[in-house]
Amino acid sequence: MIFSYYPGCTLKTKAKSLDIYGKKSAEELGIFLEELPDWQCCGAVYPMAGDEIATRLSSVRALATARNLNRGLVTLCSACHNVLKRVNEDMKTNEYIRTRVNNYLEDDIQYNGETEVYHYLEMIRNVIGFENLKRKIKYPLKGKKIASYYGCLLLRPGKVMQFDNPENPSIMEDFIRAIGAEPVIYPFRNECCGGYITLENRRLAKEKCNTIVASAIEKGAEAIITACPLCMYNLEVNSTELKLPVYYFTELLAEALGVK
Amino acid sequence: MPRIGVFVCWCGSNIASTVDVKKVAEAARDEPGVVYATDYQYMCSEAGQSMISKSIKDHRLTGIVVCSCSPRMHETTFRKAAASAGLNPYMVEIANIREQCSWIHKDRTEATEKAIVLARAAVAKLNLNNPLTAGEIPVVKRALVIGGGIAGIQSALDIAEAGFEVDIVEKSPTIGGKMAQLDKTFPTLDCAACILTPKMVDAARNEKINIFTYSEVESVSGFVGNFNVRIKKKARFVREKLCSGCGVCTEKCPSRKAENEFNEGLDNRGAIYIPFAQAIPNVPVIDTSSCLKFKTGKCGICAKNCPSGAIDFEQQDEIIERQYGAIVVATGYKLISLKNFDEYSYSQCPDVVTSLEFERIMNAAGPTKGQLLRPSDKTHPHTIVFVQCVGSRDTSGRGKPYCSKVCCMYTAKHAMLVKEKYPDAEVHVFYIDVRTPGKNFEEFYRRAVEQYGVNYIKGMVGKIAEKNGKLIVQGSDLIANEQVVIEADMVVLAAAIEPDPSARKIATMLTASIDTNNFFTEAHPKLRPVESPTAGVFLSGVCQGPKDIPETVAQASAAAAKVICLLSKEKLLSNPCVSHSDEMLCSGCSNCEKVCPYGAISFINKTFKFAGKFEIRRVAIVNEAICQGCGACTVACPSGAMDLKGFTNKQILAEVDAICR
Repeated sequence: MIFSYYPGCTLKTKAKSLDIYGKKSAEELGIFLEELPDWQCCGAVYPMAGDEIATRLSSVRALATARNLNRGLVTLCSACHNVLKRVNEDMKTNEYIRTRVNNYLEDDIQYNGETEVYHYLEMIRNVIGFENLKRKIKYPLKGKKIASYYGCLLLRPGKVMQFDNPENPSIMEDFIRAIGAEPVIYPFRNECCGGYITLENRRLAKEKCNTIVASAIEKGAEAIITACPLCMYNLEVNSTELKLPVYYFTELLAEALGVK
Repeated sequence: MPRIGVFVCWCGSNIASTVDVKKVAEAARDEPGVVYATDYQYMCSEAGQSMISKSIKDHRLTGIVVCSCSPRMHETTFRKAAASAGLNPYMVEIANIREQCSWIHKDRTEATEKAIVLARAAVAKLNLNNPLTAGEIPVVKRALVIGGGIAGIQSALDIAEAGFEVDIVEKSPTIGGKMAQLDKTFPTLDCAACILTPKMVDAARNEKINIFTYSEVESVSGFVGNFNVRIKKKARFVREKLCSGCGVCTEKCPSRKAENEFNEGLDNRGAIYIPFAQAIPNVPVIDTSSCLKFKTGKCGICAKNCPSGAIDFEQQDEIIERQYGAIVVATGYKLISLKNFDEYSYSQCPDVVTSLEFERIMNAAGPTKGQLLRPSDKTHPHTIVFVQCVGSRDTSGRGKPYCSKVCCMYTAKHAMLVKEKYPDAEVHVFYIDVRTPGKNFEEFYRRAVEQYGVNYIKGMVGKIAEKNGKLIVQGSDLIANEQVVIEADMVVLAAAIEPDPSARKIATMLTASIDTNNFFTEAHPKLRPVESPTAGVFLSGVCQGPKDIPETVAQASAAAAKVICLLSKEKLLSNPCVSHSDEMLCSGCSNCEKVCPYGAISFINKTFKFAGKFEIRRVAIVNEAICQGCGACTVACPSGAMDLKGFTNKQILAEVDAICR
């Protein structure tokens, strides 16, 4: 099975292991992730202004290319996923944005939100299935107590992302169970890590990250997994009081599948 | 020749500001059959009605068209006015130029044009009207009350007081409803049980009141004055007549893991149980889903220990069929499920409770005997946070758009009771608005703030997280414009209320309408608030909309008054606008019988003389006492034999022709 794959800039620089192990694991699971030809930046942040069109264009290019290849589009980075999924929703449902964006595009690539955007975790859940994943695990991470960290971008806005229950998600816990480890459920797993605020107000980002890590430790976690390079950065750098190792979920997946 | 009068109402400025009423009257004057047309400011007023009566006599009118509001509003008024002048009331037609014209249009020219067309259609129909006479139907002098909470009990008591028989059908094993679960009641703080249980006893002792508990309404047929109802009395597996209510069986039952519904699942009960000490009837019931005898075939300890041999594992459900003249719906409410509100961690933290659970915790007869203890570790909570509007006034689509009305007051009550019992407790309340419209309500709330020092925070809670046994409540204080984080020991959620899930099914059985939130709709929101649009069906309590106990009791008595008015009549006038079958056209195909929702159509074999020969044909006949005039059969009839009096096919086509002219 082949999917189009959108890595995004960070995965080619700071977050290489998120990318590499994601691709390797997918192959092991019988799915080939083919990088979109000539992909470029997703836009990085979803534009909140309804009349901001130019920044949506970069996402639409990726979405339209995947549509032309007639394949679903898989993402890995939470931030890229958030932008691509939301812009796709705009193109599907918001006539004003759709018309304005299409005015910029060549006549033969008019785009109306046809592409299905999946996050890698959704691909595992919906296409492979956690039960099937479990069967393919060679080196289950037995006895490891792992806390998932969802952050905001995968979950919200819930109505558009349709990823999981934003207030009490479970997809990463299911993933942790499938790779043989024990999920640690703690209440701050869907709290904001501070995001870009770390550039302007480091104290606030530290407060957020310390709360998250302390809560995970209190519930017995030995490590944290995430799907977001920015969350990874914050959790590592801004948790100043207590520390936990932070991994991309694909690293543990590759380890359990024996492809690391 | 018909002599028709047209009366165009201004409805103050409601119609006149958008429709040129003079022009409508003028245009109507040229219509066939019209001999008189006029306009007036308030046609429904005494002066307007007198004008109509006088014109009927002066101009020897044979029929009138009133261009005014919806016929649902004033058709009866104008029919009465016509009748007082000696005109057959069914020679009155209403052209609705308010709801269907002036209120929905802005352009005066267009609206006037439409009003003229509507008047023209009504005149065209009236030209074909025939005088109709209402028949009489007898009234069964017994009422049914569906639901045995405070609303149902109060309605039943009042109806019985007037000397009529009443049956209460309650689906749970006891009457009492939600009020029986409450601790104290606002704004006087008297104990709910102390004021409710005597009423329950009154209902049980009243000779005129018959209580079917653990029973459900299975089906309803018939119509006002003559409802036929099937009631399913579910098997209790305990013979009510033999049981003395000693309770030995409930103590000996070895299965103790079933969730105690009466205590909102905060503790467990046996498989054979009496919901609470003051339950009526004081007869236990076996919950077969947790009973070992039913699950494994072994046990039967209750039967062995019962001193009066009342346990009967073979008992079957029983169907009771009865006739009623009137039905009161008092099906009540429940709290919404909090599955869409995981930010409050209700499903994850045992110390986050709903307000109804909190009532049980504070109740002297509750699982903690009235001691305020946390469910998780049974310790005294020191800091308690109340969150109002959990799912009420919700615009996100996760909860309910309406205000649940009772939460502000009971939260103030809870806060006050906590401070009263434990003066050192710290109590915070998050609110959107504090709504206290009711007698002594504002004073009550002020007492909580000023006398008891409850800390009210305007703002909502975004997250509740458990940390080292404490609950971290993150919220916003909109007045201070800052984030608030409170380390609490316990959180109480004022969950929105919604109609009981049975409401929908019961509404369908009664052909009574419900709104998008499943609350029963009243016949008129202001002028007929306790009647359903379905004749003979009355509304009592929260099934019609959120309300507190005093309002519920008032509405229950109002509904009872309406029932008493109905039952005190010997006979009711039937609606003469019923179907009629032309036997010369009927082919006996049965299509009409199949679509009739009331079972009013049957068939007979009739002998006809045709061209000198006798032949027997199967033809439809309509039972006029049962027909409700819905008209379904007239549409289904392929040969045009079925016709609805007052709304004949010819009349309707005449209206269509007039509109298209």
